[in-house]
Amino acid sequence: MNIYLLAIDWWFIIEKLVLIALIVTLCLIIAMYETYGERKVAAFIQDRIGPNRAGPFGILQPLADGGKLFFKEEIIPLASSKYLFVLGPTLAMITALLTSAVIPWGTSLEIGDRNVPLQVADVNIGVLYIFAVVSVGVYGIMIGAWSSNNKFSLLSGLRAASQMISYELAMGLALIAVLMMSGSLQMSVIVNKQMSGALGGLGSWNIWYQPLGFLVFFTCALAECNRTPFDLPEAESELNFGYHQEYSSMKLGFYLFAEYINMFMSCILMATLFFGGYDIPFVNESNLAAHIGQNWVALLSFICLLAKAFFLVFVFMWIRWTVPRFRFDQLMHLGWKKLIPLALVNMIITAALILWLKS
Amino acid sequence: MNLVNILFWFLSALTLFSALMVIISKNPVHSVLWLVLVFFAISGHYVLLNAQFLAIVNLIVYAGAIMVLFLFVIMLLNLNKETEQKKNIWIKVAGTIAGGCFLLSVCNVVYNAQTGSKEIANKAILMGKGSIGLIGNLGKELFTNYVVPFEISSVLFLSAMVGAVIIGKKN
Repeated sequence: MNIYLLAIDWWFIIEKLVLIALIVTLCLIIAMYETYGERKVAAFIQDRIGPNRAGPFGILQPLADGGKLFFKEEIIPLASSKYLFVLGPTLAMITALLTSAVIPWGTSLEIGDRNVPLQVADVNIGVLYIFAVVSVGVYGIMIGAWSSNNKFSLLSGLRAASQMISYELAMGLALIAVLMMSGSLQMSVIVNKQMSGALGGLGSWNIWYQPLGFLVFFTCALAECNRTPFDLPEAESELNFGYHQEYSSMKLGFYLFAEYINMFMSCILMATLFFGGYDIPFVNESNLAAHIGQNWVALLSFICLLAKAFFLVFVFMWIRWTVPRFRFDQLMHLGWKKLIPLALVNMIITAALILWLKS
Repeated sequence: MNLVNILFWFLSALTLFSALMVIISKNPVHSVLWLVLVFFAISGHYVLLNAQFLAIVNLIVYAGAIMVLFLFVIMLLNLNKETEQKKNIWIKVAGTIAGGCFLLSVCNVVYNAQTGSKEIANKAILMGKGSIGLIGNLGKELFTNYVVPFEISSVLFLSAMVGAVIIGKKN
């Protein structure tokens, strides 16, 4: 039942478009509730109650916040560069969402006679694609910071850019060890490799083999998302507000939102690379599929991936409300002199062990 | 017209347009951003040719690292009309002649490809086929047949890095 027009398989396009729409919606909703979660976690850690007025337990709080942002006056500074001023938050949002394209969200669905994989694009350079998106992610912040025509914004934009470039290196080196273990850059292969071990896949999760790599990757992810203790681009006490100082209304909302999407995405990525992706621990997926059907397994595996990611998001928040901010020279020191050598050592040990075990 | 053709024409138009905009825009920051767009469009072409690795490395290295540094420098220099240096008219003329010569030689190459060699005459580019651009094949090729040039270029990069660090330390 394939429809061909202009030699294009339209079912394929429709399928992918629906998937993209669903994933983007999911990311946005989760980012919305991350703000709520953050405030609740902060409240819990500081022995407060947190937002509890809008709706039961305050679960409508993100909607109220969003509505408030929409109704705020939109100001574009006179001395700013207009197009770039709008382009900044747009790019921040787009790059935050782009990462989701190569993430395998679950085992494939069966709809009619079609086998629909829950992954938008299973390119064989999946990991590198994520790197490209992350490295392009700097532009949103830099453009916004520069076009605001504000000293503090520019300073913070430069901080953000240098921080992201520095931590990308250690992140990449930490990843190489994982890639050597799975022997592929394709996300689906990396996940499949982690599903075949003992205890229904739990035994082959990369976290057991790459604890040091995970630690380096996690630290770098914190820095890439501009989260405390590495939130120097937004250090209020030094920079007033940070790179989005001149922004108001939903443009500011986009920047804040993009940050939460980035956080969710990097947690999903860590779950995929180190915690077996959508692997359901203690369960053999193909046996389960024979009992309850492919589509239910897809749903369960998807929930499993989300659960892993949510735990990591919680750890992010936990760190934010317990660890104080670094100084900028400390940040650079940690990135260049500690994390990169550590990641290199991890890489060399992994390579040596792989060669030794193979021979 | 299939999807690949549509994409090819779209990307080509985008590449040429944004390349022109790099030259035309008055503001250097805008120029850099248009150049980033050029790199994206060229990466799109690589993807069409199934050279996925090249496409993504082009993005990581050029759009993600080098252009960010360009942007860094230009933003800090704060270039505008008042600080712009007055250019000598002869430099402009020389630039135009040099650019024109380059354009001529490129046109010549394309023209020869159309008429000269029988092997490639009137052949469409292999779109979306071929596997040499995939990372596994490329890596094997680089580390077996071309291992010496590859390692030499890596030494070159290392020496450049050491040089940069030394220059940075002196100041």
